[in-house]
Amino acid sequence: MAVARRRIETKTVGKTLAHDSAPLHVQGSATYIDDMREPEGLVHVYPGFARDGALGKIKALDLSAVKSAPGVIAVLTAKDIPGLNDCAPVFGGDPILADGRIMFHGQVIFAVVADTREAARRAAKLAKIEIAAEKPAVTVEDALAAKTKDVGDPYQFLRRDPAKAIASAKNGVSESFRIGGQEHFYLEGQVSLAVPEEHGAVTVHCSTQHPSEVQHLVAHMLHVQASMVTVECRRMGGAFGGKESQAAQWACLAALAARLLGCPAKCRLDRDEDMMLTGKRHDFRVDYTAGFDGKGRVTGVDVDFLARCGYSADLSNAICDRTMFHADNAYFYPAARIATRRLCTNTVSNTAFRGFGGPQGMLFAERLMEVIAIRTGQDPLDVRKANLYGVKGSVTPYGMKVEDNIAPEIIEEIETSSDYRARRKKIARFNAKNAVLKKGLSLTPVKFGISFTLTYLNQAGALVHVYTDGSVHLNHGGTEMGQGLYTKVAQVVAEEFGIAAAQVRITATTTGKVPNTSATAASSGADLNGMAAKAAAATIKNRLIAFVAKQWKVPKSRIRFEGGRVLGGKHAIAFGDLAKQAHAARISLSSTGYYATPKIHWDRPKAKGRPFFYFAYGASCSEVTIDTLTGEMTVDRVDILHDVGRSLNPGLDIGQVEGGFVQGMGWLTTEELVFDEQGRLRTHAPSTYKIPCASDVPADFRVKLFESKGNKEDTIYRSKAVGEPPLMLGNSVWTAIFDAIASIKPGDIPKLDAPATPEAILRAVNGMQ
Amino acid sequence: MTTRASIRFLRRARIVELSHVPSMRSVLDWLRLDERARGTKEGCNEGDCGACTVALGSLKNGKLVYEPVNACIILVGQLDGKELVTVDDLADGDVLHPVQQALVDTHGSQCGFCTPGFVMSLFTLYQQGGAPTRDEIATHIAGNLCRCTGYRPIIEAAQLSCSGKAADRWAKAAREATRQLAALDDGADVFVGTPESFIARPAQAVTLARLAAENPDATIVSGATDVGLWITKQMRQLPKIILTGGVKELHAVKSDKDRISLGAAATYAEATPALSTIDADVAEVLRRLGSTQVRASGTVGGNIANGSPIGDMPPMLIALGATLTLRHGDTERSLPLESFFIAYGRQDRKPGELVWHIDVPKLKRNEAFRAYKISKRFDQDISAVMAGFKFTLDGRTISSARIAFGGMAATPKRGAATEVALQGVSLDQPASWAAAIDALAKDFQPISDMRASAAYRIDVAQGLLKKALMEVAGAGNTRVLANRKAVA
Repeated sequence: MAVARRRIETKTVGKTLAHDSAPLHVQGSATYIDDMREPEGLVHVYPGFARDGALGKIKALDLSAVKSAPGVIAVLTAKDIPGLNDCAPVFGGDPILADGRIMFHGQVIFAVVADTREAARRAAKLAKIEIAAEKPAVTVEDALAAKTKDVGDPYQFLRRDPAKAIASAKNGVSESFRIGGQEHFYLEGQVSLAVPEEHGAVTVHCSTQHPSEVQHLVAHMLHVQASMVTVECRRMGGAFGGKESQAAQWACLAALAARLLGCPAKCRLDRDEDMMLTGKRHDFRVDYTAGFDGKGRVTGVDVDFLARCGYSADLSNAICDRTMFHADNAYFYPAARIATRRLCTNTVSNTAFRGFGGPQGMLFAERLMEVIAIRTGQDPLDVRKANLYGVKGSVTPYGMKVEDNIAPEIIEEIETSSDYRARRKKIARFNAKNAVLKKGLSLTPVKFGISFTLTYLNQAGALVHVYTDGSVHLNHGGTEMGQGLYTKVAQVVAEEFGIAAAQVRITATTTGKVPNTSATAASSGADLNGMAAKAAAATIKNRLIAFVAKQWKVPKSRIRFEGGRVLGGKHAIAFGDLAKQAHAARISLSSTGYYATPKIHWDRPKAKGRPFFYFAYGASCSEVTIDTLTGEMTVDRVDILHDVGRSLNPGLDIGQVEGGFVQGMGWLTTEELVFDEQGRLRTHAPSTYKIPCASDVPADFRVKLFESKGNKEDTIYRSKAVGEPPLMLGNSVWTAIFDAIASIKPGDIPKLDAPATPEAILRAVNGMQ
Repeated sequence: MTTRASIRFLRRARIVELSHVPSMRSVLDWLRLDERARGTKEGCNEGDCGACTVALGSLKNGKLVYEPVNACIILVGQLDGKELVTVDDLADGDVLHPVQQALVDTHGSQCGFCTPGFVMSLFTLYQQGGAPTRDEIATHIAGNLCRCTGYRPIIEAAQLSCSGKAADRWAKAAREATRQLAALDDGADVFVGTPESFIARPAQAVTLARLAAENPDATIVSGATDVGLWITKQMRQLPKIILTGGVKELHAVKSDKDRISLGAAATYAEATPALSTIDADVAEVLRRLGSTQVRASGTVGGNIANGSPIGDMPPMLIALGATLTLRHGDTERSLPLESFFIAYGRQDRKPGELVWHIDVPKLKRNEAFRAYKISKRFDQDISAVMAGFKFTLDGRTISSARIAFGGMAATPKRGAATEVALQGVSLDQPASWAAAIDALAKDFQPISDMRASAAYRIDVAQGLLKKALMEVAGAGNTRVLANRKAVA
């Protein structure tokens, strides 16, 4: 039973404060790793790979031209690695430098160390590498045909007998469609700067979401204890999951050069190499059969998600699990088989990306709703409503009861605020009159599970110092990638001490201060680190309360921290003065804090449990126009209503919601990854890979935070995670396109894949005629 | 005629003079590596993300104008005679520039890495004064990618800060900057380096033509929006670089009753006002061509000279019947633009010969023109298919047609069979269009690549011809972009 939700009055938490670095961002003075003043004697490291060949034995590796190129100091290969040659996050299998064999085009075989980055880049192109080329498995179909061993075992959720439920249903559908991957396109590319220290230790400045993992991988590679490696990150220029596991290789290469040459070493990838050499969102083929009744209610679902994982496991297993966890989105499936294959392909190893497999699962659910609507002749919104959790059932296919379901309320509200029904009619009239242009409209919900599904990761630590002038030093295990985590956690600490957020000094994440952290991922940053920092601050605060209560002879319960002062009875003292007095009285003004998410458990072999602490909800309604002669498309209007519980900082949360939506929209529209038959990525620069730009965002963009009574669960100030869920608000753009195409021939199901590029749209349009 | 052995430009109200700069040094590397001014960021190193945007001030017809450019692909030599403004320069002590403050106020930065580029793009918008519309703002920042915010707060910051007459330090110092820039304009031919390795920026047309003729192995660079990538991505060694931008007469854009004549070094930005008078579709293609940064440095002449099969300008210009004039030493010759493109990567240009000017006929009363650009993204994308159609009408009948496509062959190319099939077609009988639409498949055998498949290219080319005919015949709105404008 959740604790009663009493509104807690707050002074700093819940206020819109600007991102702590905003004034630095706009002046260009926020320091990213490549902006740091280089230590004396810095060398540059650049990876080298075979320009031709994706799969096969390295027959010949001639590095003589590389070694003799101007400026080159050393060329490193696998045999130079003193410890473990692997930078994989969990299951192994990601060589830092390929040894004997390559598994994808772009796999790093050697690293050049030179006195300038340009010299290293130039030299890296001079290697003569001969690969005994084998035919690479590039697509899902290739992988199925090649029968290569999957990167993880197949896994499924099974509820009742879906085959029977589907067979006996009044209506059925069976089809297959594709969902493309996505390049992160963080604006700051992968970068690490390693500085050798005494006793063989090394400090690595790394643009990473996961300093602890980088620390361990560097330590294993150098064959030193973890305590000899310190990894630090003040901020990233974007990450989105792309710097969760895949920052490690570049950190390892920098650290390797630093160790071997005894001088600081930097490794920063050029954009094209960054895009070729690092993993992306998983693409899928989805094969499914579903049964539904005359009112469009799902009776059974049988779905196979075939994931292109790339050449190694990376995080693919957890990602594919999350696809399964979200194949229901907000809908109840009375009978279901939800299965995934984690296919091994000779492409770069796909990795975490905002939503972590969830978006693909949800897009399936939303397509299913559209298809049922076409088949039953209903409005897709009515089909969605009929299938929501709470109408017929509340237990997910993985056995978790949905206890906090606010999807119906959110949908009701946005249906009204977006004027959905009237616009639906208007669009029907528009489509009847227009031969070339067709409009579509779609309203889709989001229900996203919050917690790492690997339960042990749901923990965090923080470190807080109060100095004798009342200023506060804050450190925690979360990383700042633009989401405003540092600002939010500072607000929490400021709230605890009753001081202004500006008095809290935010410091770079480092493994030396808070150890054994989880990645800043799974939207968990503020939930976990906010709680840990609050605990740290509360420990100090309680010491101060005990001290001052005794001095003032006032009950502890009457001591208050507010407005930069500490109050009790008739007494008052400035926070800084109290800190000074407490220090003089030999009271510690420093504390760690720790938090572990309660309630969650997950039995993966049985596929039962409560993997999520709670769900975050939202809904969006998108209107699009397509051109049936060219496939071009515009998004004309978008309404969003999103649930962040009680917001820690509405300004930052709106930023996450809008940015997430646009990123999701990009994934499903303009962002297309193209690999050729040889497994080479052809879209490895912004000239060929198109993320949304300003004009792609509709002028009519109405974004609101849901008026929440607060998270039902006891999270930090009853807020909800906001990092990933909004990405899936972009789904309504794709379903609106689907709806527009469907209008061409009522009753037919558009053969639309994602992303809905002009080409994909025109193909689907032509398929309707 | 004088020669100067240094690059001179204005920065922070002082003259910077460089006499030992490597020919291929980009402005971004000069800033970050040589000057250690690290506010300007490298995002893509190919002029497509805008993180490295800096502003260049120059005198255009005596008026001080600030334009954004991508520092990563602009060469230091191109700074000659200009004022360079970077993000590091904007704040006045603790006081942020209005565009900076607006970005803070609207939560316009998240990760902050793209932000310096946006700041500089908005800085140039701010200097323009006036109150741009949302669409104008979006077009202005189309060359700046942000992966975090979804742009809404950035557009809002532009609306807040760029809403009136410029009143910042640059506006106040405009007169002095104008004087300094005028003083920098010494009419000298710039030559920095040695005969074997140099960057030259002649001011005199004759010097340029002679230098190019004498150095047939030199790389001719106007905006560097393409050549910049040869340096940053292909890592080619270009020891001899000749910049065309210093020659004033090559920037000339002349318009008379029947035609527009463009000097080869006229940037898209300089050519746009005149070219846009030809037809609204020309204006729209130019609006979508590259980005504000690319249009500020790239040139129509360069777009033609590099012979790309997917350049945006040639199909339109060919359909309009443009002629090209080349110059080698003191000799000039002219040819129809379509004849310039011989094969993939091969143009009718001798080593040492320069694209000199382009003449574009205006439309006659009985001519209808349409141009379309098909790309994955509307703004700042390279076209998958680019189409230009000119129909000469005899009442409601097409008496003759010129059609040209990009992205459909190894060069920009006319559709000969389609042109023939269009003769005599009635706008009022859509059934009569079929033969012409079918003929496109005879004229063009496009390839599949990362931008589009061959099948789509043919489909969409046929769709575009049909669209053009429908529109000329009088159909209402058939375009999604116009539709969105109507909605908004």
